[in-house]
Amino acid sequence: MTTNPPVEEQVKISVRHLNFYYGNHQALFDNNIEIYRNRVTAVIGPSGCGKSTHLRIYNRIYQLYREQRAEGEILIDGQNILDSATDLLELRRKVGMIFQKPTPFPMSVFDNIAYGLKLHYKLKRSEIADRVEESLRGAALWDEVKDKLRKPGTALSGGQQQRLCIARAIAIRPEVLLMDEPTSAIDPIGTSKVEDLIGELKKNFTIVIVTHNMQQAARVSDYTGFFYKGVIVEYGKTSELFTKPKQKKTEDYITGRFG
Amino acid sequence: MSTDSRMKTGTRGLFRRKLANWTIIAISAIGTLIAAVFLLWILWTILRNGFHSLSLTFLTQPTKPYGIPDGGMLNAILGTAVITLVATILAVPAGRLGGICLSEFSRDSKFGNAVRFSANVMMGMPSIIVGLFVYTLLVMTTGKFSGFAGSVALAIIVFPVILRTTEDMLCMVPNALRESALAIGAPRWRITLAVVFRSAKSGLITGVLLAVARVAGETAPLLFTALTSDAWPTGFFTQPTANLTVTMTEYATNSPFETMHVRAWGAALIITFTVLALNIICRTAFREKKA
Repeated sequence: MTTNPPVEEQVKISVRHLNFYYGNHQALFDNNIEIYRNRVTAVIGPSGCGKSTHLRIYNRIYQLYREQRAEGEILIDGQNILDSATDLLELRRKVGMIFQKPTPFPMSVFDNIAYGLKLHYKLKRSEIADRVEESLRGAALWDEVKDKLRKPGTALSGGQQQRLCIARAIAIRPEVLLMDEPTSAIDPIGTSKVEDLIGELKKNFTIVIVTHNMQQAARVSDYTGFFYKGVIVEYGKTSELFTKPKQKKTEDYITGRFG
Repeated sequence: MSTDSRMKTGTRGLFRRKLANWTIIAISAIGTLIAAVFLLWILWTILRNGFHSLSLTFLTQPTKPYGIPDGGMLNAILGTAVITLVATILAVPAGRLGGICLSEFSRDSKFGNAVRFSANVMMGMPSIIVGLFVYTLLVMTTGKFSGFAGSVALAIIVFPVILRTTEDMLCMVPNALRESALAIGAPRWRITLAVVFRSAKSGLITGVLLAVARVAGETAPLLFTALTSDAWPTGFFTQPTANLTVTMTEYATNSPFETMHVRAWGAALIITFTVLALNIICRTAFREKKA
Protein backbone atom coordinates (compact mmCIF):
# COMPACT_ATOMS: atom_id res chain seq x y z
CA MET A 1 0.00 0.00 0.00
CA THR A 2 2.83 2.40 0.82
CA THR A 3 4.60 3.97 -2.12
CA ASN A 4 8.28 3.43 -2.67
CA PRO A 5 10.13 6.20 -0.89
CA PRO A 6 12.20 8.47 -3.07
CA VAL A 7 15.86 7.78 -2.47
CA GLU A 8 16.59 10.93 -0.48
CA GLU A 9 13.89 10.25 2.17
CA GLN A 10 14.85 8.73 5.50
CA VAL A 11 12.29 6.72 7.43
CA LYS A 12 11.70 8.13 10.93
CA ILE A 13 8.64 6.16 12.00
CA SER A 14 7.62 2.82 10.62
CA VAL A 15 4.20 1.46 11.54
CA ARG A 16 3.63 -2.25 10.98
CA HIS A 17 0.44 -4.25 11.30
CA LEU A 18 -1.04 -1.86 13.82
CA ASN A 19 -4.42 -2.75 15.29
CA PHE A 20 -6.17 -0.74 17.97
CA TYR A 21 -9.06 -1.51 20.30
CA TYR A 22 -11.40 0.49 22.51
CA GLY A 23 -12.41 -2.32 24.83
CA ASN A 24 -13.91 -4.89 22.48
CA HIS A 25 -14.38 -2.44 19.64
CA GLN A 26 -11.62 -2.53 17.04
CA ALA A 27 -10.88 0.96 15.72
CA LEU A 28 -7.79 0.44 13.55
CA PHE A 29 -7.16 -2.43 11.16
CA ASP A 30 -3.67 -3.45 10.06
CA ASN A 31 -2.27 0.06 9.61
CA ASN A 32 1.06 0.17 7.80
CA ILE A 33 2.76 3.46 7.08
CA GLU A 34 6.23 5.04 6.92
CA ILE A 35 6.76 8.56 8.15
CA TYR A 36 9.76 10.40 6.73
CA ARG A 37 12.25 12.51 8.64
CA ASN A 38 11.86 16.30 8.41
CA ARG A 39 8.70 15.97 6.39
CA VAL A 40 5.14 16.95 7.18
CA THR A 41 2.78 14.02 6.90
CA ALA A 42 -0.94 14.79 6.89
CA VAL A 43 -3.55 12.33 8.00
CA ILE A 44 -6.98 12.97 6.49
CA GLY A 45 -10.33 11.19 6.48
CA PRO A 46 -13.93 11.60 7.61
CA SER A 47 -14.87 11.98 11.28
CA GLY A 48 -14.50 8.81 13.29
CA CYS A 49 -12.20 7.13 10.77
CA GLY A 50 -9.40 6.63 13.28
CA LYS A 51 -7.03 9.48 12.36
CA SER A 52 -6.64 10.77 15.91
CA THR A 53 -6.68 7.27 17.33
CA HIS A 54 -3.77 6.39 15.06
CA LEU A 55 -1.81 9.50 16.01
CA ARG A 56 -2.36 9.00 19.74
CA ILE A 57 -0.51 5.69 19.62
CA TYR A 58 2.78 7.28 18.54
CA ASN A 59 3.38 8.69 22.03
CA ARG A 60 1.21 6.10 23.78
CA ILE A 61 -0.97 8.82 25.25
CA TYR A 62 -3.92 6.44 24.86
CA GLN A 63 -2.61 4.58 27.89
CA LEU A 64 -4.26 7.16 30.13
CA TYR A 65 -7.39 5.08 29.53
CA ARG A 66 -7.21 1.57 30.79
CA GLU A 67 -9.63 0.00 28.30
CA GLN A 68 -7.59 1.06 25.25
CA ARG A 69 -5.07 -1.30 23.71
CA ALA A 70 -2.72 -1.43 20.70
CA GLU A 71 -1.21 -4.38 18.85
CA GLY A 72 1.54 -4.44 16.24
CA GLU A 73 4.74 -2.44 15.92
CA ILE A 74 5.65 1.21 15.73
CA LEU A 75 9.36 1.62 15.11
CA ILE A 76 10.82 5.03 15.84
CA ASP A 77 14.43 5.05 14.69
CA GLY A 78 14.19 1.27 14.62
CA GLN A 79 12.93 0.90 18.20
CA ASN A 80 9.51 -0.57 18.81
CA ILE A 81 7.81 1.93 21.10
CA LEU A 82 4.90 -0.42 21.77
CA ASP A 83 7.35 -2.65 23.60
CA SER A 84 6.50 -2.76 27.30
CA ALA A 85 10.11 -1.89 28.16
CA THR A 86 9.76 1.55 26.54
CA ASP A 87 10.33 4.41 28.96
CA LEU A 88 7.17 6.45 28.45
CA LEU A 89 8.58 9.67 29.85
CA GLU A 90 11.54 9.51 27.49
CA LEU A 91 9.28 8.53 24.58
CA ARG A 92 7.13 11.57 25.22
CA ARG A 93 10.16 13.81 25.41
CA LYS A 94 11.12 12.58 21.93
CA VAL A 95 7.57 12.66 20.56
CA GLY A 96 5.73 15.88 21.37
CA MET A 97 2.04 16.48 20.83
CA ILE A 98 -0.24 19.43 20.06
CA PHE A 99 -3.94 18.98 20.71
CA GLN A 100 -7.11 20.19 19.09
CA LYS A 101 -7.93 22.69 21.78
CA PRO A 102 -5.11 24.80 23.16
CA THR A 103 -4.41 23.55 26.68
CA PRO A 104 -2.15 25.98 28.49
CA PHE A 105 -1.35 24.81 32.02
CA PRO A 106 -2.83 26.90 34.84
CA MET A 107 0.38 28.89 35.29
CA SER A 108 2.24 31.81 33.73
CA VAL A 109 3.36 31.91 30.09
CA PHE A 110 6.96 31.48 31.23
CA ASP A 111 6.20 28.58 33.58
CA ASN A 112 4.14 26.82 30.93
CA ILE A 113 7.36 26.31 29.03
CA ALA A 114 9.75 26.05 31.96
CA TYR A 115 7.63 23.25 33.46
CA GLY A 116 8.55 20.74 30.77
CA LEU A 117 12.16 21.91 30.73
CA LYS A 118 12.56 21.31 34.43
CA LEU A 119 11.06 17.84 34.06
CA HIS A 120 13.69 16.69 31.62
CA TYR A 121 16.77 18.83 32.10
CA LYS A 122 18.90 20.11 34.95
CA LEU A 123 19.28 23.74 33.96
CA LYS A 124 20.38 26.94 35.64
CA ARG A 125 17.82 29.75 35.90
CA SER A 126 19.51 31.75 33.16
CA GLU A 127 19.60 28.72 30.89
CA ILE A 128 15.89 28.14 31.46
CA ALA A 129 15.16 31.76 30.56
CA ASP A 130 17.21 31.35 27.39
CA ARG A 131 15.45 28.16 26.40
CA VAL A 132 12.04 29.72 27.07
CA GLU A 133 12.88 32.63 24.80
CA GLU A 134 14.30 30.32 22.16
CA SER A 135 11.15 28.17 22.19
CA LEU A 136 8.83 31.17 22.04
CA ARG A 137 10.80 32.52 19.10
CA GLY A 138 10.66 29.07 17.51
CA ALA A 139 6.88 29.16 17.86
CA ALA A 140 6.73 32.70 16.39
CA LEU A 141 5.22 33.98 19.60
CA TRP A 142 8.07 35.83 21.30
CA ASP A 143 7.32 39.31 19.98
CA GLU A 144 3.69 39.03 21.09
CA VAL A 145 4.31 37.77 24.62
CA LYS A 146 7.74 39.01 25.66
CA ASP A 147 6.08 41.59 27.93
CA LYS A 148 3.50 39.12 29.23
CA LEU A 149 5.73 36.29 30.44
CA ARG A 150 4.34 36.55 33.98
CA LYS A 151 0.71 36.66 32.86
CA PRO A 152 -1.29 33.45 33.03
CA GLY A 153 -1.13 31.35 29.86
CA THR A 154 -4.92 31.32 29.71
CA ALA A 155 -4.96 35.12 29.26
CA LEU A 156 -3.60 34.82 25.71
CA SER A 157 -5.84 34.60 22.63
CA GLY A 158 -6.74 31.16 21.26
CA GLY A 159 -4.21 31.34 18.45
CA GLN A 160 -1.51 32.52 20.83
CA GLN A 161 -2.38 29.76 23.29
CA GLN A 162 -1.94 27.17 20.55
CA ARG A 163 1.48 28.59 19.65
CA LEU A 164 2.29 28.58 23.37
CA CYS A 165 1.51 24.86 23.36
CA ILE A 166 3.79 24.44 20.35
CA ALA A 167 6.53 26.38 22.16
CA ARG A 168 6.02 24.17 25.19
CA ALA A 169 6.32 21.08 23.03
CA ILE A 170 9.47 22.16 21.16
CA ALA A 171 11.18 23.45 24.33
CA ILE A 172 12.06 19.94 25.39
CA ARG A 173 13.63 19.37 21.96
CA PRO A 174 11.59 16.47 20.65
CA GLU A 175 12.32 14.77 17.35
CA VAL A 176 8.72 14.21 16.28
CA LEU A 177 5.74 16.56 16.64
CA LEU A 178 2.25 15.12 16.52
CA MET A 179 -0.53 17.60 15.79
CA ASP A 180 -4.11 16.55 16.32
CA GLU A 181 -6.25 19.05 14.36
CA PRO A 182 -4.17 21.91 15.77
CA THR A 183 -6.12 24.70 14.08
CA SER A 184 -9.70 23.48 14.34
CA ALA A 185 -10.40 25.54 17.46
CA ILE A 186 -8.72 28.81 16.43
CA ASP A 187 -9.57 31.65 14.08
CA PRO A 188 -8.30 32.06 10.46
CA ILE A 189 -5.48 34.44 11.40
CA GLY A 190 -4.26 32.10 14.11
CA THR A 191 -4.60 29.23 11.66
CA SER A 192 -2.43 30.81 9.01
CA LYS A 193 0.21 31.64 11.62
CA VAL A 194 0.27 28.03 12.79
CA GLU A 195 0.45 26.80 9.20
CA ASP A 196 3.38 29.09 8.42
CA LEU A 197 5.01 27.82 11.59
CA ILE A 198 4.62 24.20 10.51
CA GLY A 199 6.64 25.00 7.39
CA GLU A 200 9.43 26.38 9.58
CA LEU A 201 9.30 23.58 12.14
CA LYS A 202 9.83 20.79 9.65
CA LYS A 203 13.45 21.89 9.27
CA ASN A 204 14.05 20.52 12.74
CA PHE A 205 11.24 18.09 13.39
CA THR A 206 9.33 15.28 11.81
CA ILE A 207 5.69 16.34 11.83
CA VAL A 208 2.52 14.29 11.62
CA ILE A 209 -0.66 16.34 11.44
CA VAL A 210 -4.24 15.14 11.62
CA THR A 211 -6.57 17.52 9.86
CA HIS A 212 -10.18 17.78 8.81
CA ASN A 213 -9.31 20.45 6.36
CA MET A 214 -8.13 19.11 3.00
CA GLN A 215 -6.87 22.50 1.83
CA GLN A 216 -4.74 22.59 4.93
CA ALA A 217 -3.35 19.14 4.22
CA ALA A 218 -2.57 20.24 0.66
CA ARG A 219 -0.94 23.46 1.88
CA VAL A 220 1.30 22.18 4.63
CA SER A 221 2.13 18.55 3.98
CA ASP A 222 4.62 16.63 1.88
CA TYR A 223 2.89 13.28 2.32
CA THR A 224 -0.73 12.44 2.97
CA GLY A 225 -2.46 9.36 4.26
CA PHE A 226 -6.17 8.85 3.71
CA PHE A 227 -7.95 6.91 6.47
CA TYR A 228 -11.37 5.36 6.15
CA LYS A 229 -13.04 3.21 8.83
CA GLY A 230 -9.76 2.45 10.57
CA VAL A 231 -7.97 1.43 7.38
CA ILE A 232 -5.27 3.38 5.55
CA VAL A 233 -6.81 3.48 2.09
CA GLU A 234 -4.06 5.38 0.36
CA TYR A 235 -0.76 6.94 1.28
CA GLY A 236 1.65 8.89 -0.88
CA LYS A 237 3.08 12.26 -1.85
CA THR A 238 0.54 14.98 -1.17
CA SER A 239 0.93 16.38 -4.67
CA GLU A 240 0.10 13.01 -6.19
CA LEU A 241 -2.64 11.98 -3.77
CA PHE A 242 -4.59 15.16 -4.36
CA THR A 243 -4.14 15.27 -8.12
CA LYS A 244 -3.99 11.61 -9.14
CA PRO A 245 -5.53 9.49 -6.38
CA LYS A 246 -5.18 5.79 -7.10
CA GLN A 247 -8.18 4.66 -5.09
CA LYS A 248 -11.79 5.45 -5.93
CA LYS A 249 -12.53 6.07 -2.22
CA THR A 250 -9.77 8.67 -1.97
CA GLU A 251 -10.99 10.46 -5.05
CA ASP A 252 -14.56 10.51 -3.73
CA TYR A 253 -13.39 11.96 -0.43
CA ILE A 254 -11.11 14.67 -1.76
CA THR A 255 -13.64 15.76 -4.34
CA GLY A 256 -16.20 16.10 -1.56
CA ARG A 257 -18.50 13.30 -2.59
CA PHE A 258 -18.69 12.08 1.01
CA GLY A 259 -17.14 12.79 4.40
CA MET B 1 -36.65 35.07 25.84
CA SER B 2 -37.46 31.70 24.40
CA THR B 3 -40.95 32.84 23.54
CA ASP B 4 -39.49 35.49 21.22
CA SER B 5 -37.89 32.95 18.95
CA ARG B 6 -41.00 30.81 19.01
CA MET B 7 -43.19 33.72 18.07
CA LYS B 8 -41.77 33.67 14.56
CA THR B 9 -42.76 30.08 14.02
CA GLY B 10 -46.43 30.77 14.75
CA THR B 11 -48.63 32.17 17.46
CA ARG B 12 -50.72 29.10 18.15
CA GLY B 13 -50.78 28.33 21.88
CA LEU B 14 -48.57 31.28 22.60
CA PHE B 15 -50.65 32.42 25.55
CA ARG B 16 -50.63 28.94 27.06
CA ARG B 17 -46.87 28.69 26.72
CA LYS B 18 -46.38 32.09 28.30
CA LEU B 19 -48.73 31.13 31.10
CA ALA B 20 -46.85 27.86 31.68
CA ASN B 21 -43.61 29.81 31.71
CA TRP B 22 -44.86 32.26 34.31
CA THR B 23 -46.37 29.50 36.42
CA ILE B 24 -43.07 27.66 36.60
CA ILE B 25 -41.21 30.87 37.42
CA ALA B 26 -43.73 31.65 40.16
CA ILE B 27 -43.55 28.18 41.71
CA SER B 28 -39.74 28.25 41.68
CA ALA B 29 -39.74 31.69 43.24
CA ILE B 30 -42.09 30.54 46.00
CA GLY B 31 -39.81 27.58 46.73
CA THR B 32 -36.81 29.86 46.94
CA LEU B 33 -38.71 32.26 49.19
CA ILE B 34 -39.67 29.49 51.61
CA ALA B 35 -36.02 28.50 51.98
CA ALA B 36 -34.91 32.10 52.41
CA VAL B 37 -37.67 32.92 54.91
CA PHE B 38 -36.72 30.08 57.23
CA LEU B 39 -33.04 30.92 57.04
CA LEU B 40 -33.67 34.57 57.81
CA TRP B 41 -36.14 33.65 60.57
CA ILE B 42 -33.56 31.43 62.26
CA LEU B 43 -30.84 34.05 61.91
CA TRP B 44 -33.16 36.77 63.25
CA THR B 45 -34.26 34.67 66.25
CA ILE B 46 -30.66 33.88 67.15
CA LEU B 47 -29.59 37.46 66.68
CA ARG B 48 -32.45 38.87 68.76
CA ASN B 49 -32.00 36.46 71.65
CA GLY B 50 -28.24 36.20 71.63
CA PHE B 51 -27.40 39.83 71.08
CA HIS B 52 -27.85 40.81 74.78
CA SER B 53 -25.27 38.34 75.99
CA LEU B 54 -22.52 39.70 73.75
CA SER B 55 -20.40 41.58 76.22
CA LEU B 56 -16.73 41.93 77.00
CA THR B 57 -17.10 39.43 79.85
CA PHE B 58 -18.85 36.98 77.57
CA LEU B 59 -16.05 37.13 75.05
CA THR B 60 -13.09 37.22 77.43
CA GLN B 61 -14.06 35.06 80.44
CA PRO B 62 -14.36 31.26 80.65
CA THR B 63 -17.63 29.52 81.52
CA LYS B 64 -18.40 29.37 85.27
CA PRO B 65 -20.00 26.52 87.28
CA TYR B 66 -23.77 26.49 87.62
CA GLY B 67 -25.23 29.25 89.71
CA ILE B 68 -22.28 31.59 89.47
CA PRO B 69 -23.19 34.68 87.48
CA ASP B 70 -20.93 36.57 85.05
CA GLY B 71 -19.56 33.55 83.24
CA GLY B 72 -18.20 33.95 79.73
CA MET B 73 -17.75 31.70 76.75
CA LEU B 74 -14.10 32.13 75.70
CA ASN B 75 -12.95 28.65 76.77
CA ALA B 76 -15.75 27.10 74.69
CA ILE B 77 -14.91 29.30 71.71
CA LEU B 78 -11.27 28.26 71.91
CA GLY B 79 -12.24 24.62 72.52
CA THR B 80 -14.45 24.49 69.45
CA ALA B 81 -11.69 26.13 67.41
CA VAL B 82 -9.08 23.61 68.59
CA ILE B 83 -11.34 20.57 68.23
CA THR B 84 -12.37 21.62 64.72
CA LEU B 85 -8.81 22.48 63.71
CA VAL B 86 -7.44 19.13 64.86
CA ALA B 87 -10.32 17.32 63.14
CA THR B 88 -9.42 19.19 59.93
CA ILE B 89 -5.75 18.25 60.28
CA LEU B 90 -6.72 14.61 60.75
CA ALA B 91 -9.28 14.43 57.95
CA VAL B 92 -7.98 16.65 55.16
CA PRO B 93 -4.81 14.77 54.14
CA ALA B 94 -6.56 11.39 54.15
CA GLY B 95 -9.63 12.74 52.36
CA ARG B 96 -7.50 14.52 49.76
CA LEU B 97 -5.39 11.49 49.01
CA GLY B 98 -8.45 9.26 48.82
CA GLY B 99 -10.08 11.71 46.43
CA ILE B 100 -6.95 11.76 44.25
CA CYS B 101 -6.91 7.98 44.21
CA LEU B 102 -10.54 7.82 43.08
CA SER B 103 -10.27 10.52 40.44
CA GLU B 104 -6.80 9.94 39.02
CA PHE B 105 -5.91 6.31 39.51
CA SER B 106 -8.93 4.09 39.98
CA ARG B 107 -11.76 5.96 38.36
CA ASP B 108 -13.65 3.00 36.94
CA SER B 109 -12.16 0.15 38.92
CA LYS B 110 -14.03 -2.14 41.32
CA PHE B 111 -11.85 -0.87 44.14
CA GLY B 112 -12.68 2.74 43.31
CA ASN B 113 -16.39 2.04 43.14
CA ALA B 114 -16.29 0.24 46.48
CA VAL B 115 -14.47 3.16 48.11
CA ARG B 116 -16.87 5.69 46.59
CA PHE B 117 -19.86 3.69 47.80
CA SER B 118 -18.39 3.44 51.32
CA ALA B 119 -17.78 7.17 51.41
CA ASN B 120 -21.37 7.84 50.36
CA VAL B 121 -22.67 5.57 53.10
CA MET B 122 -20.36 7.22 55.65
CA MET B 123 -21.72 10.63 54.68
CA GLY B 124 -25.22 9.48 55.51
CA MET B 125 -24.29 8.03 58.89
CA PRO B 126 -26.05 9.70 61.85
CA SER B 127 -23.45 11.76 63.69
CA ILE B 128 -24.46 10.39 67.08
CA ILE B 129 -23.46 6.90 65.89
CA VAL B 130 -20.04 8.26 65.02
CA GLY B 131 -19.89 9.76 68.53
CA LEU B 132 -20.75 6.39 70.09
CA PHE B 133 -18.20 4.63 67.89
CA VAL B 134 -15.41 6.95 69.01
CA TYR B 135 -16.65 6.64 72.60
CA THR B 136 -16.04 2.88 72.52
CA LEU B 137 -12.81 3.36 70.58
CA LEU B 138 -11.10 6.12 72.58
CA VAL B 139 -13.09 6.98 75.70
CA MET B 140 -13.79 3.48 77.00
CA THR B 141 -10.29 2.24 76.29
CA THR B 142 -8.51 5.18 77.94
CA GLY B 143 -11.14 5.86 80.56
CA LYS B 144 -11.07 9.56 79.69
CA PHE B 145 -13.29 11.94 77.80
CA SER B 146 -11.13 14.27 75.76
CA GLY B 147 -11.22 17.01 73.19
CA PHE B 148 -9.05 14.82 71.01
CA ALA B 149 -11.71 12.10 70.96
CA GLY B 150 -14.11 14.82 69.82
CA SER B 151 -11.72 15.75 67.03
CA VAL B 152 -11.52 12.14 65.91
CA ALA B 153 -15.33 11.91 65.79
CA LEU B 154 -15.57 15.12 63.73
CA ALA B 155 -12.74 13.92 61.49
CA ILE B 156 -14.66 10.72 60.74
CA ILE B 157 -17.68 12.80 59.77
CA VAL B 158 -15.80 15.26 57.59
CA PHE B 159 -13.44 12.74 55.94
CA PRO B 160 -15.89 11.29 53.37
CA VAL B 161 -17.13 14.78 52.52
CA ILE B 162 -13.60 15.93 51.70
CA LEU B 163 -12.88 12.74 49.78
CA ARG B 164 -15.94 13.12 47.59
CA THR B 165 -15.49 16.87 47.08
CA THR B 166 -11.88 16.29 46.06
CA GLU B 167 -12.91 13.58 43.63
CA ASP B 168 -15.69 15.70 42.13
CA MET B 169 -13.47 18.76 41.75
CA LEU B 170 -10.63 16.77 40.14
CA CYS B 171 -13.05 14.99 37.80
CA MET B 172 -14.13 18.39 36.53
CA VAL B 173 -10.61 19.09 35.26
CA PRO B 174 -10.75 18.22 31.55
CA ASN B 175 -8.75 15.20 30.40
CA ALA B 176 -7.25 17.36 27.65
CA LEU B 177 -5.18 19.06 30.34
CA ARG B 178 -3.95 15.75 31.76
CA GLU B 179 -3.15 14.53 28.26
CA SER B 180 -1.16 17.61 27.38
CA ALA B 181 0.87 17.28 30.56
CA LEU B 182 1.44 13.58 29.87
CA ALA B 183 2.45 14.52 26.33
CA ILE B 184 5.43 16.54 27.51
CA GLY B 185 6.61 13.57 29.51
CA ALA B 186 5.40 14.42 33.01
CA PRO B 187 4.78 11.52 35.42
CA ARG B 188 1.24 11.13 36.76
CA TRP B 189 1.97 12.31 40.30
CA ARG B 190 3.54 15.53 39.08
CA ILE B 191 0.64 16.13 36.73
CA THR B 192 -1.76 15.72 39.62
CA LEU B 193 0.09 18.20 41.82
CA ALA B 194 1.23 20.81 39.32
CA VAL B 195 -1.55 20.80 36.77
CA VAL B 196 -4.72 19.08 37.96
CA PHE B 197 -4.61 20.41 41.53
CA ARG B 198 -3.72 23.88 40.39
CA SER B 199 -6.58 24.13 37.98
CA ALA B 200 -9.05 22.82 40.59
CA LYS B 201 -7.56 24.99 43.35
CA SER B 202 -10.47 27.22 44.21
CA GLY B 203 -12.93 24.33 44.26
CA LEU B 204 -10.67 22.32 46.55
CA ILE B 205 -10.22 25.13 49.07
CA THR B 206 -13.93 25.91 49.06
CA GLY B 207 -14.72 22.23 49.58
CA VAL B 208 -12.59 22.00 52.70
CA LEU B 209 -13.85 25.25 54.20
CA LEU B 210 -17.50 24.32 53.66
CA ALA B 211 -16.99 20.85 55.10
CA VAL B 212 -15.21 22.29 58.14
CA ALA B 213 -17.86 24.94 58.62
CA ARG B 214 -20.53 22.28 58.61
CA VAL B 215 -18.77 20.05 61.12
CA ALA B 216 -17.95 22.96 63.44
CA GLY B 217 -21.64 23.07 64.35
CA GLU B 218 -21.95 19.36 65.24
CA THR B 219 -23.15 18.53 68.76
CA ALA B 220 -23.99 14.84 68.93
CA PRO B 221 -20.52 13.43 68.24
CA LEU B 222 -19.06 15.66 70.95
CA LEU B 223 -21.58 14.59 73.61
CA PHE B 224 -19.89 11.19 73.89
CA THR B 225 -16.33 12.36 73.40
CA ALA B 226 -15.29 15.90 74.26
CA LEU B 227 -18.16 16.42 76.70
CA THR B 228 -17.76 19.90 78.07
CA SER B 229 -15.95 21.66 80.87
CA ASP B 230 -15.54 24.97 82.62
CA ALA B 231 -11.77 24.78 82.27
CA TRP B 232 -9.57 26.24 79.55
CA PRO B 233 -8.92 23.68 76.80
CA THR B 234 -5.43 22.89 78.08
CA GLY B 235 -6.16 19.22 78.76
CA PHE B 236 -7.16 18.65 75.17
CA PHE B 237 -5.75 15.11 74.99
CA THR B 238 -6.78 13.86 78.42
CA GLN B 239 -9.72 15.87 79.76
CA PRO B 240 -13.22 16.89 78.79
CA THR B 241 -12.88 19.98 76.66
CA ALA B 242 -15.20 22.95 76.52
CA ASN B 243 -16.92 23.63 73.20
CA LEU B 244 -19.71 25.88 72.01
CA THR B 245 -22.25 23.32 70.88
CA VAL B 246 -22.30 21.03 73.95
CA THR B 247 -22.13 24.03 76.31
CA MET B 248 -25.08 25.51 74.47
CA THR B 249 -27.05 22.26 74.82
CA GLU B 250 -26.21 22.08 78.52
CA TYR B 251 -27.16 25.66 79.25
CA ALA B 252 -30.34 25.53 77.26
CA THR B 253 -31.68 22.19 78.50
CA ASN B 254 -30.16 21.43 81.91
CA SER B 255 -29.96 24.77 83.61
CA PRO B 256 -32.66 26.45 85.67
CA PHE B 257 -30.90 29.82 85.48
CA GLU B 258 -32.21 32.42 83.06
CA THR B 259 -28.75 34.02 82.69
CA MET B 260 -27.42 30.71 81.39
CA HIS B 261 -30.24 30.46 78.86
CA VAL B 262 -29.23 33.86 77.56
CA ARG B 263 -25.60 32.76 77.36
CA ALA B 264 -26.67 29.68 75.40
CA TRP B 265 -28.27 32.04 72.87
CA GLY B 266 -24.98 33.91 72.79
CA ALA B 267 -23.10 30.69 72.02
CA ALA B 268 -25.62 29.92 69.28
CA LEU B 269 -25.07 33.38 67.86
CA ILE B 270 -21.30 32.95 67.74
CA ILE B 271 -21.32 29.51 66.15
CA THR B 272 -24.03 30.34 63.61
CA PHE B 273 -22.55 33.58 62.42
CA THR B 274 -19.02 32.16 62.28
CA VAL B 275 -20.27 29.36 60.03
CA LEU B 276 -22.25 31.86 57.98
CA ALA B 277 -19.19 34.08 57.63
CA LEU B 278 -17.03 31.12 56.56
CA ASN B 279 -19.58 30.24 53.90
CA ILE B 280 -19.77 33.77 52.59
CA ILE B 281 -15.99 34.13 52.55
CA CYS B 282 -15.65 30.87 50.58
CA ARG B 283 -18.20 31.86 48.04
CA THR B 284 -16.86 35.32 47.41
CA ALA B 285 -13.10 34.86 47.77
CA PHE B 286 -12.81 31.60 45.86
CA ARG B 287 -15.52 32.09 43.30
CA GLU B 288 -14.65 30.41 40.00
CA LYS B 289 -13.24 33.02 37.71
CA LYS B 290 -14.66 33.05 34.25
CA ALA B 291 -11.97 31.97 31.83
